[in-house]
Amino acid sequence: MTPRALTKGNIALAEGAIQAGCLYYFGYPITPQNDIPEYLARNLPKRGGIFIPAESEIASINMVMGAAASGKRAMTSSSGPGISLMQEAMSYMAGSDIPCVVVNIMRVGPGLGGIEPTQGDYNQAVHGGGHGDYKNIVLAPASVQEMFDLTIKAFELADKYRNPAMVVADAMIGQFQEPCRLTPAEPILIPEKPWALTGRQGRKPQLLKSLYLAPGEQEAHNLRMKAKYDEIQEHEVMLETRELDDAEIMIVAFGTPSRVAKSALTQAREMGIRAGLLRPITLFPFPEKEIREYSSKIRKVLVVEMNTGQMVRDVRINSHPEAEISFYGRPGGGIPYPDDIIREIKKALKKS
Amino acid sequence: MAYIIIDKERCKGCYFCIEFCPKNIIVISKEHNKLGYFPAEFPMEDEDKCTGCKTCASMCPDMAIEVYK
Amino acid sequence: MNRIFKRPDSLTDANTHFCPGCTHGIAHRLIAEVMDELGITDNTIGIPGVGCCVFLYTYFPIDVLEAPHGRAPACATGMKRAQPDKIVFVYQGDGDLAAIGTSEVIHAANRGENITIFFINNSVYGMTGGQMAPTTLLGQQTTTSPYGRDFQSEGYPIRMAELLATLEGVAYSTRVALHSPKHVNQARKAVRKAFEMQMNGMGFSMVEMLSTCNTNWRVSPLEALKTIENEMIPYYPLGVFKERTGKDFL
Repeated sequence: MTPRALTKGNIALAEGAIQAGCLYYFGYPITPQNDIPEYLARNLPKRGGIFIPAESEIASINMVMGAAASGKRAMTSSSGPGISLMQEAMSYMAGSDIPCVVVNIMRVGPGLGGIEPTQGDYNQAVHGGGHGDYKNIVLAPASVQEMFDLTIKAFELADKYRNPAMVVADAMIGQFQEPCRLTPAEPILIPEKPWALTGRQGRKPQLLKSLYLAPGEQEAHNLRMKAKYDEIQEHEVMLETRELDDAEIMIVAFGTPSRVAKSALTQAREMGIRAGLLRPITLFPFPEKEIREYSSKIRKVLVVEMNTGQMVRDVRINSHPEAEISFYGRPGGGIPYPDDIIREIKKALKKS
Repeated sequence: MAYIIIDKERCKGCYFCIEFCPKNIIVISKEHNKLGYFPAEFPMEDEDKCTGCKTCASMCPDMAIEVYK
Repeated sequence: MNRIFKRPDSLTDANTHFCPGCTHGIAHRLIAEVMDELGITDNTIGIPGVGCCVFLYTYFPIDVLEAPHGRAPACATGMKRAQPDKIVFVYQGDGDLAAIGTSEVIHAANRGENITIFFINNSVYGMTGGQMAPTTLLGQQTTTSPYGRDFQSEGYPIRMAELLATLEGVAYSTRVALHSPKHVNQARKAVRKAFEMQMNGMGFSMVEMLSTCNTNWRVSPLEALKTIENEMIPYYPLGVFKERTGKDFL
């Protein structure tokens, strides 16, 4: 058994980034993700990396853009308010085919909000918080181990598709500790980046831009990007399913609510209620096919989120037309308990 | 002595070269170019007056002038 | 006869999109000439802002990263830190640098990033049609200060070369102009000095260039040159506001 160490979510994420070969981090303080820049401030210099405490989240994400355009793996992390400031540059990077990883350890909002956990930034991450037709690749850890593994995966997907990738986790997952294997599941391979801007020495000059003015140019570019997103949708979906084969009701939840759902479905089964779980690990690409297939068999679906209903819309869109979708949401720092979920299951199944 | 070649099609008719030529050699062409500008023109018969000082080329925003000496 | 003046190798053959008489064109040529002289073109990466300056990649046959409006100094920071052996220069207008991007340029300067910024100050937003910029002169009419800039409502024009010169991290901050042969020659020296600063790892260098925008000033190209002399220079004095000589900062 590979050794595991009791590790905090944010720390596991930061260590995962370093092991993924991310040697460039630029960030700005904001609770609840401060462990990430602090860990990287201590460790990047020792590992041949560069850490800059930037003057703003806008500067941070644009420094990432500069380093990533140089062909380096680069990352920044923040929480809601800071992620909002980064949207423009993320749209630029999507439009310029520049890979990067942006981490959102979600805090309640809108506005200043607070520092409690939430999933209120789902739409911003999944449906593109910035302008224009683009998507972020979005990974949603539900454990400290996944904070480590999915950060590595985020760099892999970002480079593979030359697109921003996000890791989004609520403040709880960032802040609590769990045993964690701090070595990668598979060897990490950083791809060659011939497209990088390294000076035209020995080749033609190269350009990374998102400005397209000539008639039809932007349309062609958008359609090229769409084809890329369709390919991601086709090949990169990640999810976890639990006890769906005989389920009479399917819970759909990611992050912390999915952990609570696991407890709830165990207790429900003890009560003779056959509940199962579908946990999206990638929020884009969303597990559309699986949601459709399972919801056509299991006609009852309960979506549980820590917001007022955001992923539920994607579940509705992709579910079987006759599936009954019910929703249970705890916004603003509210955390669902197993009893809450069991109550909602009974309501959905019209059982007392 | 020296002379300049003005790329008729590059010139946008700002006439900086005419303004700053110390010998006042350069003139405005009678024919407009493809873009509709009346470009600056170096009358070759003034070749002896031109000293090749490159002031015109230095002030040209469109790199339309080459200087020969 | 042999050719003693030609288009620099570090410029492509493309015709520029600039308006007739726009001295952006001269700024481009000076930068390219110095790149030729210093032989750095193969290892230079350009980062334009957004505005008339954005088409850098059409005119410079080098690697170019197009930065979001105002953020070029931050992109350049990330790039230079990732590739300290490359020459990274930023080319911005006054809307890009002196308005939306002030935070980025001030902090890149304060960190002493070893990059070079060429800042074209033509007192308006050119590409978008002549709106007021932080560098618009008092009394100057623009499409968004139609009654002339009034300090009581729009404040005073901002002097970036002096402002950046107060920052310890800055190695070189100067203001030059492009409206006469003498000034163009001085500007070329400043461009060379700025690149040399970067090549010698002296830290942050910025050259502010007073430039024309005759279309949006609603004057002829030649009158625009006089506007620089008679109206801009009195408010924006030329000169070197900071020049680090030795490695006194080590």
